[in-house]
Amino acid sequence: MKKKVKVVERDAVVIKFAGDSGDGIQLTGSQFSDTSAFLGNDLATFPDYPAEIRAPQGTIAGVSGFQIHIGHKEVQTPGDQADVLIAMNPAALKANMKWIKNGATIIIDMDNFDARHYKKAEYIEDPLYDGTLEGYNVIKAPITDMTRDVVKEFGLDALTADKTKNQFVAGLLFWLFHRDIKIGEKFLRDRFKSKPELIDANIEVLRAGYNYAETLEAIATVFEVKPAERGPGLYRNINGNVAIAWGLLAAAEKAKRKLYLGSYPITPASEILQELTKMKHLNAIAFQAEDEIAGVCSAIGASFAGCLGVTSTSGPGLSLKSEGIGLAIITELPLVVVDVQRGGPSTGLPTKTEQADLMQALYGRHGESPCIVLASSTPADCFDFAYEAARLSMEHMTPVILLSDGYLANGSELWKIPKVDELPAIHPPLVQDNDPSYQPYNRDPKTLARYWAIPGQEGLRHRVGGLEKADVTGEISYDPFNHEFMTYTRSEKIQRVAQRIPLQKVMGKEKGDLLVVGWGGTYGALFTAVKELQSDKYNISLAQFNYINPLPTNTAEIFSGFRKIVVCELNLGQFVNYLRSQLPQFTYLQCNKIQGLPFLISELKIRFKDILKKEQKS
Amino acid sequence: MTFEGNHCEISAQDFKMDKPARWCPGCGGHAVLAAVQRALPACGTKIENVVFVSGIGCSSRFPYYINTYGFHGLHGRGAAIATGIKIANPNLSVWLVTGDGDSMAIGGNHFIHLLRRNLDINILLFNNKIYGLTKGQYSPTTPKGTVTKSSPDGTIENPFLPGELAMGAQGTFFARVVDNNMDMMMDVFTQAAQHKGTSLVEVLQNCVIFNDDIHIEIADKNLREENQLYLEHGKPMLFGKDRKKGIIQTGGKFYIVKIGENGVRQEDILIHDAYKYDDTRHYMLARMILPDYPAAMGVIRCTDSTIYEDALYNQIEHARHKSLIKSVDDLLTSGNTFRMG
Repeated sequence: MKKKVKVVERDAVVIKFAGDSGDGIQLTGSQFSDTSAFLGNDLATFPDYPAEIRAPQGTIAGVSGFQIHIGHKEVQTPGDQADVLIAMNPAALKANMKWIKNGATIIIDMDNFDARHYKKAEYIEDPLYDGTLEGYNVIKAPITDMTRDVVKEFGLDALTADKTKNQFVAGLLFWLFHRDIKIGEKFLRDRFKSKPELIDANIEVLRAGYNYAETLEAIATVFEVKPAERGPGLYRNINGNVAIAWGLLAAAEKAKRKLYLGSYPITPASEILQELTKMKHLNAIAFQAEDEIAGVCSAIGASFAGCLGVTSTSGPGLSLKSEGIGLAIITELPLVVVDVQRGGPSTGLPTKTEQADLMQALYGRHGESPCIVLASSTPADCFDFAYEAARLSMEHMTPVILLSDGYLANGSELWKIPKVDELPAIHPPLVQDNDPSYQPYNRDPKTLARYWAIPGQEGLRHRVGGLEKADVTGEISYDPFNHEFMTYTRSEKIQRVAQRIPLQKVMGKEKGDLLVVGWGGTYGALFTAVKELQSDKYNISLAQFNYINPLPTNTAEIFSGFRKIVVCELNLGQFVNYLRSQLPQFTYLQCNKIQGLPFLISELKIRFKDILKKEQKS
Repeated sequence: MTFEGNHCEISAQDFKMDKPARWCPGCGGHAVLAAVQRALPACGTKIENVVFVSGIGCSSRFPYYINTYGFHGLHGRGAAIATGIKIANPNLSVWLVTGDGDSMAIGGNHFIHLLRRNLDINILLFNNKIYGLTKGQYSPTTPKGTVTKSSPDGTIENPFLPGELAMGAQGTFFARVVDNNMDMMMDVFTQAAQHKGTSLVEVLQNCVIFNDDIHIEIADKNLREENQLYLEHGKPMLFGKDRKKGIIQTGGKFYIVKIGENGVRQEDILIHDAYKYDDTRHYMLARMILPDYPAAMGVIRCTDSTIYEDALYNQIEHARHKSLIKSVDDLLTSGNTFRMG
């Protein structure tokens, strides 16, 4: 007989999983996201893990986290603070106390709350009794012991047995969120398809967690988050890295070009390489190069040979690729460079997010070397902007740098699956064999793109290279006026892209007291903060930029509609300084954060209100 | 060589450009270019399928001087560009022209990885043991002690032997030619083109301006018979004016002997086996240097091994055959999806 519990409906809930980096936190997190998506919740996730693979157990430095925000209404961020915290050890509790709401539910693994673990977490007093947890709903569960009990009969080794304890937590949450446990069981059957010996053990632990929760006095009410009110269609949960890989695949298919990725593994971009190595059945080639430079150079070679050449990396790798990008600019070949930004400079904060590569993307090359620069702004729209980067690169025969970041790369959200048919057409400027008018540096009069003649084609033999080329013929030229002409032409070619991209949109009214300007991955937090202030009757709007260079043609017009402009970014002010150089007629305020973490909605609202308050006074 | 079908016969002339090559008069590059243009028609590749790729340096201007598809790349990165081209389209005949600075120094990493992967690319390594285009600094192959613009007191670095690097990187084809022997170059370039896998041909090239006569003891017409051991697969390792000198091996070491002296007979002389997979003897041959030994010339090593692009395209074919996902639409709707509304 099931215990009678009160079911409380919630519009949104934020759950944070935290434990040692070997505790299976990321797995439990993605399992919970998948089941939430399956149940139709809108969601956004954010994994937060240390740079070390297995940092010292039980220490604050070793805490791995996974935050998920599920909602009945539209969810734009993984949430500022959690309603439910799962802390597998004292370090996980300590590291997350400031990230949970007052009165939150905290589930702890009692078996790890002992003197030894307190010492590792640098607790002086016992946090269970020193008042730290006063006002919270604490569920003290002997998770490790009970898990070991359950799996005894399966004869697993101690390490494997302990790894199943994340399923105990999952079981608890299935109860707490009033979910059908069968969905969790199905996930495990799929997940361990190749290791069937683990299926039964994991399912048993999942059930044990669920049954245990049912007996708990501490759980008087359970939550239910109803399916989201998204439009009809087919959806899936997707993260930014996978979305980029798939967007590139879609663009290659649309343009009837083979996709070639040349990359070197680097956090947090490696998953793009890994994802594309699995896409051989779609004729995609992913080449793991010997270094970052070989990655970009091989991609340029592949583009010369007719492929959509792509290289993916993070900030340090982008630095190494600079010379190669310059080569693609002067040879005027397609090249997509994906930079999944992380904290810098140097090795910096490899697993944390930041937006500090913007200046490098815009200007980080020798010579006059303009580049198209795009930025994606949600995990799912990484698909759209990877596609757009490939489209612009092929149609304009020039490199495109796409800026993503660690937050988008690993974060996931619900994505309405598009049909390839409905994506914009891509027309690379190809040439017919034996075209008598072909000259290597003849250009399309509209776009100024040169034509793409491909080795193997008859009657189009030609040479490209890094030396300055004579207009039209493409022969080596040291002529001073030719160099000036070609430099202007390459610059003009990029400027004309502005005619072939959408106008900038504004979220909110087109005139007002304050325009919040953001770019790339800060969208979710900025959108939510602005939306909330709008519903509080503030005169505030948001313009989130995806097209960085060139800027949309209506940018100045939008800016002129507001009394104040604040540019928010996760760096010391790179976009704002770019805007100051491009549109110096406006005055820009700044809102910067450089902690390796995304903006919080709450901190943004405080800042915006502060600006608006001063606005009223003035 | 004639081509079947609609292709008319191509000759060296078809590979020539209207304008002359801009190398110094007397530069070894001119002869190498002529040898390549004369060897290519015999290689049996359609002219539009030939691609010349290079890095930076005097030798790397090569693609501008030959009438094929060409890519003049970045310093040291020619190997990486060529790799991308070959993987993108394995039907292309890809040639990488590079120098001792370009591929032994700044491009050393790409060079060894190209050999290790064994893509079917032909490398012509112009080794003049000096930086020419930057006007006379020492290179990684410059003999120790040499005074150059950047080593006024003599270099204090040990030079690379390209053959040693090639063997260390598991290269499957290594040959050495000298720029004043047209027949040798044409013969070896043809064999390099026919070899399936990465072929490295070290061209001992003269730089008339900054390192004149650096290879004179090997190249000189009066010395070459004594100082060059021209290797041919299946033939004895004989050299010298009357071809009476030969190589024998005792223990782990080569010795120079003379047929007829100390009871040495013709059949005692080592027979060159270029095809052997074990590279021990190829390595010893590549390391022979004057004055103790003659310089080994011709094809030193030519052995079969898995070719990168073959293995890759086999995996692709297998995946395409096996997978039910045939398009991006299939991919997007595969796995965990949820219908709403």
